Amino acid sequence: MLEDSRGSDEARRFDQVAMPHLDAAHNLARWLVRNADDAEDVVQEAYLRAFKYFGGYQGGDARAWILKIVRNTSYSFLEKNRPADLSVEFDETLHTTDVAQPQGEAALFQSADSRMLRNALEELPVNFREALVLRELEGMSYKEIADVMDVPIGTVMSGLARGRAQLRERLLQRREGKEQRGLRK
Amino acid sequence: VACENESLLHAYLDGELDLVRSMEFEKHLQSCHDCAGELRDQQSMRQSLRAANLYEPAPASLRDRVRAMLPAEIQPKPALIRRPSSVEWLAVAAAILIAIFFGAKVVPNFYGQKQSDLLAQEIIASHIRSLQPGHLYDVQSTDQHTVKPWFDGKLDFAPPVVNVADQGFPLIGGRLDYLGNRNVAALVYQRQKHLINVFVWPGDSKPATLPESQTIQGYNMVFWWHADMSFCAASDLNLAELHQFANLLQQ
Repeated sequence: MLEDSRGSDEARRFDQVAMPHLDAAHNLARWLVRNADDAEDVVQEAYLRAFKYFGGYQGGDARAWILKIVRNTSYSFLEKNRPADLSVEFDETLHTTDVAQPQGEAALFQSADSRMLRNALEELPVNFREALVLRELEGMSYKEIADVMDVPIGTVMSGLARGRAQLRERLLQRREGKEQRGLRK
Repeated sequence: VACENESLLHAYLDGELDLVRSMEFEKHLQSCHDCAGELRDQQSMRQSLRAANLYEPAPASLRDRVRAMLPAEIQPKPALIRRPSSVEWLAVAAAILIAIFFGAKVVPNFYGQKQSDLLAQEIIASHIRSLQPGHLYDVQSTDQHTVKPWFDGKLDFAPPVVNVADQGFPLIGGRLDYLGNRNVAALVYQRQKHLINVFVWPGDSKPATLPESQTIQGYNMVFWWHADMSFCAASDLNLAELHQFANLLQQ
């Protein structure tokens, strides 16, 4: 338990400000570190940090404030334990602009099951994955995502565009792989 | 996509363009086959992402762990994990006895009922379950602009969230619920001491056999259908005020 001389009012206020965002915190950590136990440790560490710095919290968007701390804690964790996860800026093999871009792949995405989507999203480079999770799962605006990731709004926009392009490529590859396996049988 | 407007396309998809630029882009879409196709693909991919249940909410054990490391002053949380008093235990015991006593009468009826009655029963069961300690809301807020976005990515539709606090029905939160084999939104409002659950799910087809209001086990329900959505308000509030509340939400 934390030794803390601050009054119970502040602790209660922290509870009211920070605890409603525990789901968001866990969701982000889980997608960044890609492991259930590590995600829980990261969230716990992040909440500990958040409580220490709670005096500096000026009010305003509590979710963005918490997620920023969770995000930084997750990156520190990865740097220390799995630096390889951070070194992949983006996957060269997928960064091919000359791939034919078939239109009207709506059916592909309808047939993509949830496991396939999960795996494809997990494989994305961490910064694209982060932008997509904050946008599509957390429903944040570009401004909020820029706050959390500490980058300009333009970087958020291009990150989402590239993340989505890669996600689509991965889903296409998975479907082709599936079909080839199907033919071999 | 070769078109130079690709980054605009994502800003448009995400609702980040202002009105003027948004209209310009829509005009562009009419003439640019590439962008129109890409937009359809991206919308479809987003649909699958949102429908795939990829959100990872915190396990209850983590909530306990985090609370346990905070200073002792905030434990136990007053409303959420307070211990029931012995009087409340007696009330629970009494409720169980009454349930056993009347159960024999209710159960045969229950199976004889039509599909629509099953939905009503399910709604009342959800309503009652939500009143148990800690089950009322996943997101606690009196602000519709906090509650509504909270559902993003958790449901495949966006439930309308209306603030009618001025009329004496403050919003207090929302949660995910499960009715009729699908995830639904539950919005929690309050009228003095009475809690009202508003269940929202997509589809506005009214089952022919479902009446607009119904009373089960002393709980009142009012149903309505609006803008491609089905709504049901459930509460122990009297039927007249519940109708008044339902009318406010429809305005």
